[in-house]
Amino acid sequence: MAIIEVSGVRKVYGGRAVVDGVSFAVEQGEIFGILGPNGAGKTTTVECVEGLRIPDAGSVRVAGFDPVADHDRVSKILGAQLQESELQAKLTVREALTLYAAFYPHPADWRPLAERLGLTAHLDARSGKLSGGQKQRLFIALALIGNPKVVVLDELTTGLDPRARRDTWKLIEDVRDSGVTVLLVTHFMEEAQRLCDRIAVIDGGRIAALDTPAGLIRRASGATVISFSPSAPLDECELRALPALASVEYKDDRVTLSGTDDTVNAVITLLAQRHITAHQLRVTDATLDDAFLDLTGADAS
Amino acid sequence: MSTATATAASTAVLKTEARLFRREPASLFWVMAFPTILLVILGSIPSFRHTDASLGGIRLVDAYVPVTVLMAMILAGLQAMPPVITGYRERGILRRMSTTPVRPHALLGAQMGLHGAAALLSALLSLAVGRIAFDVVLPRQVFGYLLALVLAILAALALGALVAAIARTGKIASAIGSAVFFPMMFCAGVWVPVQAMPDTLAHIVELTPFGAAAQALNQAAAGDWPGWVHLGVLALWAVVLSGAATRWFRWE
Repeated sequence: MAIIEVSGVRKVYGGRAVVDGVSFAVEQGEIFGILGPNGAGKTTTVECVEGLRIPDAGSVRVAGFDPVADHDRVSKILGAQLQESELQAKLTVREALTLYAAFYPHPADWRPLAERLGLTAHLDARSGKLSGGQKQRLFIALALIGNPKVVVLDELTTGLDPRARRDTWKLIEDVRDSGVTVLLVTHFMEEAQRLCDRIAVIDGGRIAALDTPAGLIRRASGATVISFSPSAPLDECELRALPALASVEYKDDRVTLSGTDDTVNAVITLLAQRHITAHQLRVTDATLDDAFLDLTGADAS
Repeated sequence: MSTATATAASTAVLKTEARLFRREPASLFWVMAFPTILLVILGSIPSFRHTDASLGGIRLVDAYVPVTVLMAMILAGLQAMPPVITGYRERGILRRMSTTPVRPHALLGAQMGLHGAAALLSALLSLAVGRIAFDVVLPRQVFGYLLALVLAILAALALGALVAAIARTGKIASAIGSAVFFPMMFCAGVWVPVQAMPDTLAHIVELTPFGAAAQALNQAAAGDWPGWVHLGVLALWAVVLSGAATRWFRWE
């Protein structure tokens, strides 16, 4: 059974639909990513799940409850790490953890949680004095302190250095492995590709695609990239005629083609027929980055 | 959530806010110490200790005890509290709390309770110092005095809540607070005690929350039950200002 169900949610601000009929279901125990360009409606969508916004149309259910009408029930099982939400500047890390633990009927023990997030050395530091990364880890701890069934993490690793980012990813995987469902908003492709079981790509307030990371990459045109330096010039028309070709690019003496496996076979055949050697031939899979740009490109241009 | 957890959570919020309140030396000084310090300075001027016919036979220092009492409320409600609440909204602290089983109302309630309690303590300190250092008689009509005190604190908190409701940022809240501060201090009688104001001016000032409070406190101090008109004006202000604050308050 889906633990989060979003159906046909629409939210209008100043006559503009920021979220325009978004539907998805998150299964228990998965990491579900919401990916999209800035202003695509990602945060507004999860704010409806958190009960911070009331959708103008459509419905949201968390474990079968309405996050607004059943706020008491939902807030006990959902932990949220919000974008641009601070703590009282003079509150220490320890005070924040014990305060938020007091809000829940069955809170997690904050000591091991602080240990896991590398906060033990900073327990007496005031939140206003913490670095960006330390703050972010504290906010993640506060999202987890109520022993939630679902955590919503919005721009989880923004402001973290690469090492802290990797440590946080490991933590999120551990959280998922302990049975917690994770709804993750991000604009880092690497993060989405590494963590998410499934991803909804949102663009212009609508879902542009919903699939596994591998599925999204496969689905994009130009999922395979072939690049090489030909020993002699190639005929442009013959290149353009290659099967399933998505794009051709020339840079210095290098040719980069994107397409599918069929394109790879065809280009190798073509090179052999024309007796052209391909120096430094590389065949790579496209990344989620490429898939993302492909899926959201139409509106961007 | 269960009542027990809800009570425990609200208590935790109150305790935490009390701890944070103690970490604000500037607020503590202005609300708790400054009014009494001002009373001590004024009381040390010899001419303030002579009976004055224009004040109905009391001394200036006697007239300034209720003024410093009101000053504590105005400083607490109007200067100290609004920037805190606006800051909590501006920095997403109320929003974060909205996602927990505790509603952010708990945070506002704690802030109002703490600033109200601080104003009350400061008032008692002024009364005690006035009595001990300058022989200012304690209010003779104790219940009337306390009633006027509580109504005045409620009006001050409601006014502060309205400022917090309409100010978008902490800076704007401080600016509005300061702009409203001086007229309110004038009405409370900081420059000229209300009893010494010309009649027409006194009648206008009595319609303001702190002018009415000043008159009610003076009457109770002298041993009379404070006029129902003054108490009514205070109560009306408290109700109207809280209503407006509730109407315009935004959680984010």
